[in-house]
Amino acid sequence: MSSVAESAHGSEAHPDLVHHFESLPAQKEAATFGMWVFLVTEVMFFGGLFLAYTIYRNLYFHAFVQSSRHLDLTLGGVNTAVLICSSLTMAMGVHSAAVNKRRATVGWLLLTVALGSVFLGIKAVEYKDKFDHHLVPGEHFRGEELHVVGDEVRRAQIFYSLYFAMTGLHATHMVIGIPIILIVAWMAHRGRFSPEYHTPVEMTGLYWHFVDIVWIFLFPLLYLIGRHH
Amino acid sequence: MDTGLPLFPEQASTMAGRVDALYLFLIAISVFFGTLIATLVVTFAIRFRRRSRDERPPPIHGSTALELTWTLIPLGIVMVIFLWGAEVFFAMARVPPGTMNVYVVGKRWMWKTQHMTGQREINELHVPVGVPVKLTLTSEDVIHSFFVPAFRIKKDVVPGRYVTTWFQATRAGTYHLFCAEYCGTKHSGMIGTVTVMEPAAFQSWLSGGATGTSLAAAGEKLFTDLACVTCHRGDTEARGPKLEGLFGRPVSLANGERLVADEAYIRESIVNPTAKIVAGFQPVMPAYQGLVTEEGLMQLVAYIESLSGPAPAPAGAAASPSPGAGEHKP
Amino acid sequence: MTTHIGPGETRPPRPPAPPSLTEPPAPRVNYLNVAYGVKSWLLTTDHKRIALLYLAGITMMFFLGGSFAVLIRLELVTPAGDLVQSETYNKLFTLHGIIMVFFFLIPSIPAFLGNFLIPIMIGARDLAFPRLNLLSWYIYMLGGAFTIFALVRGGVDTGWTFYTPYSTAYSNTHVIAAGLGIFITGFSSILTGLNFIVTIHRMRAPGLTWFRLPLFVWAHYATSLIFILGTPVIAITLLTVVLERALHLGIYDPRLGGDPILFQHLFWFYSHPAVYIMILPAMGVVSEVVACFSRKRIFGYEVVAMSSLAIAVLGFLVWGHHMFISGQSTYAGLVFSLLSFLVAIPSAIKVFNWTATLYKGSVSFDTPMLYAAGFIGLFTIGGLTGLFLAAVGLDVHVTDTYFVVAHFHYIMVGGAIMGYLGGIHFWWPKITGRLYPEMWARVAAVIVFAGFNLTFFPQFILGYLGMPRRYHAYPEEFQVLNVMSSAGASILGLGYLLPMIYLVWSMRYGPRAPANPWQAKGLEWQTASPPITVNFERQPVVTEEAYEYAPEENAKIV
Repeated sequence: MSSVAESAHGSEAHPDLVHHFESLPAQKEAATFGMWVFLVTEVMFFGGLFLAYTIYRNLYFHAFVQSSRHLDLTLGGVNTAVLICSSLTMAMGVHSAAVNKRRATVGWLLLTVALGSVFLGIKAVEYKDKFDHHLVPGEHFRGEELHVVGDEVRRAQIFYSLYFAMTGLHATHMVIGIPIILIVAWMAHRGRFSPEYHTPVEMTGLYWHFVDIVWIFLFPLLYLIGRHH
Repeated sequence: MDTGLPLFPEQASTMAGRVDALYLFLIAISVFFGTLIATLVVTFAIRFRRRSRDERPPPIHGSTALELTWTLIPLGIVMVIFLWGAEVFFAMARVPPGTMNVYVVGKRWMWKTQHMTGQREINELHVPVGVPVKLTLTSEDVIHSFFVPAFRIKKDVVPGRYVTTWFQATRAGTYHLFCAEYCGTKHSGMIGTVTVMEPAAFQSWLSGGATGTSLAAAGEKLFTDLACVTCHRGDTEARGPKLEGLFGRPVSLANGERLVADEAYIRESIVNPTAKIVAGFQPVMPAYQGLVTEEGLMQLVAYIESLSGPAPAPAGAAASPSPGAGEHKP
Repeated sequence: MTTHIGPGETRPPRPPAPPSLTEPPAPRVNYLNVAYGVKSWLLTTDHKRIALLYLAGITMMFFLGGSFAVLIRLELVTPAGDLVQSETYNKLFTLHGIIMVFFFLIPSIPAFLGNFLIPIMIGARDLAFPRLNLLSWYIYMLGGAFTIFALVRGGVDTGWTFYTPYSTAYSNTHVIAAGLGIFITGFSSILTGLNFIVTIHRMRAPGLTWFRLPLFVWAHYATSLIFILGTPVIAITLLTVVLERALHLGIYDPRLGGDPILFQHLFWFYSHPAVYIMILPAMGVVSEVVACFSRKRIFGYEVVAMSSLAIAVLGFLVWGHHMFISGQSTYAGLVFSLLSFLVAIPSAIKVFNWTATLYKGSVSFDTPMLYAAGFIGLFTIGGLTGLFLAAVGLDVHVTDTYFVVAHFHYIMVGGAIMGYLGGIHFWWPKITGRLYPEMWARVAAVIVFAGFNLTFFPQFILGYLGMPRRYHAYPEEFQVLNVMSSAGASILGLGYLLPMIYLVWSMRYGPRAPANPWQAKGLEWQTASPPITVNFERQPVVTEEAYEYAPEENAKIV
């Protein structure tokens, strides 16, 4: 590819400039634009679940309140703090790449992965807790823990269906994101980036911030229903 | 049936003519615009056919006047179509008073119809001419659709809720009944007939049929079997609201809303009682979802309806008053 | 060619070269022969090769989906269900729908012609993200593999619309595999749309302003908006169906407290805009073809460009017109009806503008123009019958009948496929460097047009008479019209086979094509047939307006 870049742009072309872009800034702007378009598609993707949530919360409010009470506010709160910190470390990683601090970049990215893993670990603990308390939708679902009876049990199942679907989809995005950050960290370690070219770090940063923002919506919608009562 | 190639199903209901009129109007518009475009394309293609290899026609970029014309005129036409279609739709949605009520349950792969007087039919429905008939429909399993082409009615039948449609037949005869929403293996076998009879013939059909208990009487029996009266005692200390005089009247709910007690409300209150709590009562009623079949629910609804004073008697269907129930308590 | 000149003889004078041959001759190296071997194709990042990879997949799927249609029409020749069992028939129409919608129509023009032409039309060397483009193709093939797996293992019988609770709780077929197949392929669409949007925004040649872009590019831009905003919604919808079926996470099953109508809202929120994904690119093709074969700019160019955007936006607001009798409220029905009428207007505007382009043009009826004319006629009929369906009171009678089947086939087959075939023929010389046999091509176009109308026009009548859709067996009085329809289908099938044969033949035996066999305007005609890998020897600079067949000073606004 770089030989084509040379012939297209002359031999002084930046080694990271691909043959079909005129200049490195143009290439970077296209990448950034593309990532934002992708994030728009992710908003629409999660949007279907948010719509279902809105409708059923409106219809089954009481069951949703009771179900939400059983989610662990401490664990959820800690997870929220962890994820927000991981966005901070991610931003620091992007900044370090921009100012050519190779070791700091790697460090911040690895810290982001660590925090993300903590988040997933706590999520696993929460899921196991739901399993132990028979709150996984399906044949074994039992509503006693939620203090709901009768048809409210079915509605609580809807809450938990949405809980697992929404947090599960979110967790899947993190499970995909973590290896991507590791790959980018490896690339940083090998000296791949420079102030002119650290696009992969920035794009990963955008993705990770998006995952964080989704959680910032999920947390109050799932954990904080009717808590002020 | 005609031996020639028919283009229309028979018109056998009060709405059929109205639907057909709108259809013909749309055909006229389509023929007009289709012919116009086809003629213009063919005419221009011939008149302006390429005459030499290198000819370059004069560049004509556009015309604001033409753009406005062929935007606004079609806009006006479609607005007319919209309003006409809306008018027909409203007429279909407004159930007239004085209907003869029939309950319909769709299940894979048959239609079960129940008359208030107790007749039950499978894949058949007998109705009199000239009487508005209201159908209350639900499904026991997947979504079906109740379709009678000759009446121009169609309504999706959804599990877990009641839907309503109505028609008034204008001609005696036998008409197709189809299921119009794909529902599995025997979807195309879920068909039957609607038989429209002159009033006298309908009367003799009614009385000649199996004189089972009326729908409301069957409902009363179920009401007793399920011991509903334990809570719905009718006195002021009762745990459940009084059911006499309930049907068709407004109800105040605990959350401040008001609604009118119709079939759907009654059905929901049996299968899903905590959905709507009546003001002044506690949410203690158990849910009967899964414990009563859709047909049983229809019987209970019919019974509770019969507790609400004289329903206006449908003209051609002199159903005997439901025995034992329906006396209006003062 | 060389003529031997003896001593003392002079070379005979050469006849003046026709204009299309004064461009540089096709270089011996082009994108097709620059490298050989399976790896050079399967690991290519050249948008033109990826387009051909898509062509292979799309064509296979077309014939697979088409073969199911043949079986369906064969069964429907007789009123009784006597050719195949009911279960089989239900799987046939389901897979016909799934394959044709998701694996043929939605990708067809964008993934083949769009991928090939958009960079060249804007003077770029490739799309913005070539490797993402290749990934899109692999995702498409993976999704196709899942679906074919579902087919081979016994098929799926829910209808392509997957209505709940049938699909989540009652069907005994491979719903999960098919659902996952479509889910996966959706990402192919999303990435293609993303690639197109960034490319069109960021990689236009100097001088190529938005309102100098070919209408084909405008059409694909609007289509890409729908790709990125709509496809994720079908993805999450099918995912929730899979989850409900596999894990009982029930949000659609009333027995679990769910609402089956919620599924319909989510499904149609994508699937209505999806039909605009299927038609907008074909409209883009028609604009290019009509302009070229009238030798004029499309009348009302800016209006036609904007109408594509209007269709994309309005198309997201009308999904409820698939649900008028579903139990949706009367008032919602009225709102969707009104909006559905509004979305018809931009399409009508296009038809009028194409017709006006012919006025005082220099019209020639080569094969692409035959297909474009066929499109205009058949799309007009299809679009007008859409008005029947948008009129709520009338829709009650005709929805879920063969009237709807006829309507959407007029648009998707009479419209989209005619546009696709017209585009294939128009750009075939550019893509392959060969000319196809014109007489066979015209014969095939006429056969397709005739066969199509015989197949689908009787279905309008059948629908109004009351024949429901998805019926394996039907009452006897519907037989005559069904026989007509099946007869038409056999003719239509023949019409589709002919291009397969002569186009493949032309790749080896067709005369070599010059750079601009149609004397058309547009950057793609300024480069060799077939193009070199980087499309242009030197980056083009655009100095003229779109479709500037005659000098701009002579332009008139009527």
